[in-house]
Amino acid sequence: MNLLRDINPVTRILGLILLTTPLLLSVDVVSAGVALAFTVLVAPFCGVSWGRLLRRGWPILLAAPLAAIPMALYGRPEGETYAQFLFAHVTDNSLQLAAAIFVRVLAVGLPVIVLSADVDPTDLGDGLAQVLRLPERFVLGAVAAARLVSLFRDDLDSMRRARRARGIADQGRIRYFLTLAFGLLVLSLRRGAKLATAMEARSFNRVAEHGRTWARESSLSARDWIVMAVCLVVSVASIGIAVAVGSFRFLGVA
Amino acid sequence: MAPLVEARGLGWRHASRIHPALTGIDLIVQRGERILLTGDSGAGKSTLLAALAGLLGDEEDGDQAGTLTVRGTVGMVLQDPDSQVISSRIGDDVAFGCENLRVPRDEIWPRVRRALNLVGLDLPLDHPTRYLSGGQKQRLALAGVIAMGAELILLDEPTANLDPAGQTEIVEAVEAVVAETGAALIVVEHRPHLWRAMMDRFLRLESGTTGTAGTAGGSGGGGSARLVETTADDLPSLPVLPAAPGVPAGTRSLVEARELQTIWGPPRTLDLPAGCSTVLTGPNGAGKSTLALTLAGLLPPEGGRLHYAEDLRQGLRKAPHAWTSRQLADRIGYVFQDPEHQFVARTVGEEMAVSGGDPDRIDELMTRLRLAHLAEANPFTLSGGEKRRLSVATALVNAPTLVVLDEPTFGQDPGTFTELVGLVRQLTADGVTVLSITHDEAYRHALGDHEVVIR
Amino acid sequence: MTTDSSRASWRVIDIIIASVLGVACGLIFWLWNSIGYAWFTAMDALTPGFGGLAVGIWLIGGVIGGLVIRKPGAALFVELLAAIVSALLGNQWGIETMYSGLAQGLGAELVFAAFGYRRFTLPVAMLAGVGAAVGAFILELFTSANLAKSLTFNSIYLTCLVISGAILAGLLGHWLVRALAATGALDRFAAGRKRV
Repeated sequence: MNLLRDINPVTRILGLILLTTPLLLSVDVVSAGVALAFTVLVAPFCGVSWGRLLRRGWPILLAAPLAAIPMALYGRPEGETYAQFLFAHVTDNSLQLAAAIFVRVLAVGLPVIVLSADVDPTDLGDGLAQVLRLPERFVLGAVAAARLVSLFRDDLDSMRRARRARGIADQGRIRYFLTLAFGLLVLSLRRGAKLATAMEARSFNRVAEHGRTWARESSLSARDWIVMAVCLVVSVASIGIAVAVGSFRFLGVA
Repeated sequence: MAPLVEARGLGWRHASRIHPALTGIDLIVQRGERILLTGDSGAGKSTLLAALAGLLGDEEDGDQAGTLTVRGTVGMVLQDPDSQVISSRIGDDVAFGCENLRVPRDEIWPRVRRALNLVGLDLPLDHPTRYLSGGQKQRLALAGVIAMGAELILLDEPTANLDPAGQTEIVEAVEAVVAETGAALIVVEHRPHLWRAMMDRFLRLESGTTGTAGTAGGSGGGGSARLVETTADDLPSLPVLPAAPGVPAGTRSLVEARELQTIWGPPRTLDLPAGCSTVLTGPNGAGKSTLALTLAGLLPPEGGRLHYAEDLRQGLRKAPHAWTSRQLADRIGYVFQDPEHQFVARTVGEEMAVSGGDPDRIDELMTRLRLAHLAEANPFTLSGGEKRRLSVATALVNAPTLVVLDEPTFGQDPGTFTELVGLVRQLTADGVTVLSITHDEAYRHALGDHEVVIR
Repeated sequence: MTTDSSRASWRVIDIIIASVLGVACGLIFWLWNSIGYAWFTAMDALTPGFGGLAVGIWLIGGVIGGLVIRKPGAALFVELLAAIVSALLGNQWGIETMYSGLAQGLGAELVFAAFGYRRFTLPVAMLAGVGAAVGAFILELFTSANLAKSLTFNSIYLTCLVISGAILAGLLGHWLVRALAATGALDRFAAGRKRV
C-alpha cells in the first residue's frame, strides 16, 4: 500500500517543509522524538519498509552522531561538568542538547526518504510552475540543465582519464581538483550555449513576451491537501506536546 | 505569392569580433524550395542560418546590417544531438515547441503523435530520451520542429556527429517530412552527396579571404562572404586518399589480447601489429571505447590476458592500468574524442610543456603540427581543427610507442580530415603503432592496415 | 546604448547559462566532497569551529553566478540550484539543503545588490563570498542549533566562515571567471568582453 501514490511532486516538497521546519524551533528530545516516531510508523504505509528506510537512510544515520559530537563538546556549558580540555566543555546541558540534536537530525532527515520518490524532472517542473507559480522560464531552464548532469559526469570521467593519460594525475590533489573544476565550467558554458540555442530554436524566447501553455496539467487533488495537512498537524503537535511536557527549548537556548 | 525569405544586403558582426561574419548577403527563398548550402569552415554558414531562425540576439550581441524578412515559422536542427534534447521523455520533448507557441493543450498531443510518425520514431510517448541513439535524437529534434508547424526547416550539419546508420536515418526522415508538409528546406552540410537527390538549388558561401591565424576571434580573417549559386555537379567531393598498404608479413605484435574481458562486452582476442595503423570498428554501443581505454591502461581489465611487447613496457613489470600517470604518458598516448577534455593550461605553449617533455621535441612537434604561431593563444579559443592538432601534439610529447585515437574525425570538416590521415601515416612511418576508433569509411580505407571489428 | 531595464531583464541565454552554471557548481561541490570530505568532517566535528575554513567552496555558486550573469537574482538562483544538485548527487537531499542554498545565495545576492549590480571587481567578489558565509552562519544558528553552542565556538566558526568565504568563494570565484573569460566561453556576457 502506498498512501503517497499519485501525489503531485510539489506536495512532496511542501509536505517535507511542513513536517520538518517547525521542529527547528526547539532542540529537545520530545518534539523530535514524536515526529520521528510518526515518520517511522507511517513509513511502511507509504511504500518504504523499515529495511529500506535503514538502507537508504544511512547518510542521515551517519550525520546524527556527527551533529551530536560538536554539540556535546561545545554546547553552552551549564550544570555539572564531566570533561574539559581547551575550548571543549562536556556538561549536563551540552549532553542534553547533544541527545536532542541527535534525534532531531533523524526526525528532519528520515522523512526525506519517505517522501522522495523517483520524480521525473519535467513533472516536477510542471508542478513548480503551474502549482507554485514560480517563474516559468527559470523552472524550465533548471529542468533542462538538470538533464545535463549525466553528460557532465561522463565528461568528468573523460577528463580524469585524460589527465592520467597525459602524465599529470600524480600531482597534488588541490591542483588536480582545480583543473577539473575549471574544465567542467568551460564545458558547461559550451553545452549551455548550445542548449540555449536549441531552446530558442523552439521559440523559447517568445515565452517572455506572451507566456506559454502546458501540455501536461499539474494540479493538487484532495489527497495532496490531506498529506500536507497531516504533515503540518504532526509537526505542530510534536511541538505542542513538548511544550505541554515542559521540555520545549526555544532554539536550544531557553 | 510573397517569398518565404527575403534578405537584402544582410550583414552581421558579433559583438566580440572585429570583422563581420556576413556582409551583403542577398537571398530569396520561395515556399517549398529545397536548398543545399555548402562552403568553407568559418565562412559564416551557421551565422546565416541563425539569422534566418531569428537567433542572432539583440543589440547587446552584435550589429545587423541590411534587411531580412521571414514570412513564416522557422525551425532549426543543430549539429550536436545531445545538446538538443530538452526533456527526459520523447513526447514532452516534441511538445516543448508547441507549448512555447501557446498551442492549446488538446491540439498539442495530436501534433506530437503526427510528428513522431513522420520522422519514423515508433516509440511510446514516455520513452526516455537518454536511451536514444544519435540518429534517433536528431529525428526527435526534427519532430519537435515539425510539431511547431515550421514552414522553413533549417539543418546545420545534421550528420556531422552521427555514425553511418544515423546519417541515413536523418536523411530519410527529412525527405519524408518535407514531402508531407511541403516546408521549405535549407541544409548546411559537408557531406553533400547524402542530400543531392532531394535538392532544388545549390548555394555556396565563399569567404572573402582564407582563414588566418587563430587569435581571440578564431580563424577566419576579415572579408565579406558571398553567396554564390552553383549546380549539383559542382559540389565539394570527398578527398580521395591512397588505400592503406596492409600489414607487412612477419610483423610482430606490439599488444596481444587473449580473451580480454573489459567492463563492457564479451571477451576479445586481438593483436596490434607494431608500426602499423589499426582501426577499431563496429556499431555504436558495442564497446569500442571501453576496449581502447583498457588497452591503453586507462581502465582495468576484468580478466583474460593482455601482453605488451618489451619496447612498449620499457622495463616495467606491472600491467599498464597500474602504472603511474607519468609512466603511462611516456609509453602510451591517448587522443580523446573531445579535445577540450584534455586541456589544462592557459596557453598552447604551457599545454605542451605541462607533462615535462623535452623542449626541443616540443618545438619540433609544434612546428610539424603548425601550432608554433599559436603558442600564446588560449587552447579553448582555437578552431576545431587546431584543437584537434593540439590534442594530438600533447599526446605525442613524451614520444610514446603506442598512440590511440578515439574517433579523430568526429565532427571535423574535410580539410582537417586529410591533415589527420597524413599525420597518422607519418607516425607509422616513424615506427609508432597507432590504434584508431572510427566509423568513418574513408578513414578506414586510408588507414586500415589492420582492422579489428567489434560486435 | 542599453537601457537600465534591458540590463535588468533576463535573456534566454542568461537563464540557461545560469541554470547550467548551477548544475556545474553542484557537481564541483560533490567533487570537493569526495576529495576532502573525511578530513573536513573530522575537523568539523572535533574542533571548535575550524571546520568553517573548508566551507568556502560550497559558497562559490553565488559568487560565480553574480559575476557572470550580472543580473538581479543570479547569485541566488545559481547557489540554490548548485546546493540542490550536489545534495541529490550525494544522496543527501533534504530540506536543509534548500535552506542553505537560499541563505547562502541570498547573502551573496545582497552584496551584489548593494553595489547596484554595476561593480564586479575582486573586492566585490570577496565581499559577496563573505555575504554568503554570513548567510550560512545565520542559517546554521537554527538548523544546526549553533545558537545553543558556546560563544567561543560561534566566534571561531564565524571568523573561519568569513575567511573561507572571502578566499575560497570570493577570490577563487573571481579568478575562475577571469580565466573563463580568457577562453572565450563568456563572449555573450559583459564578463567576457570588458575588463571590470
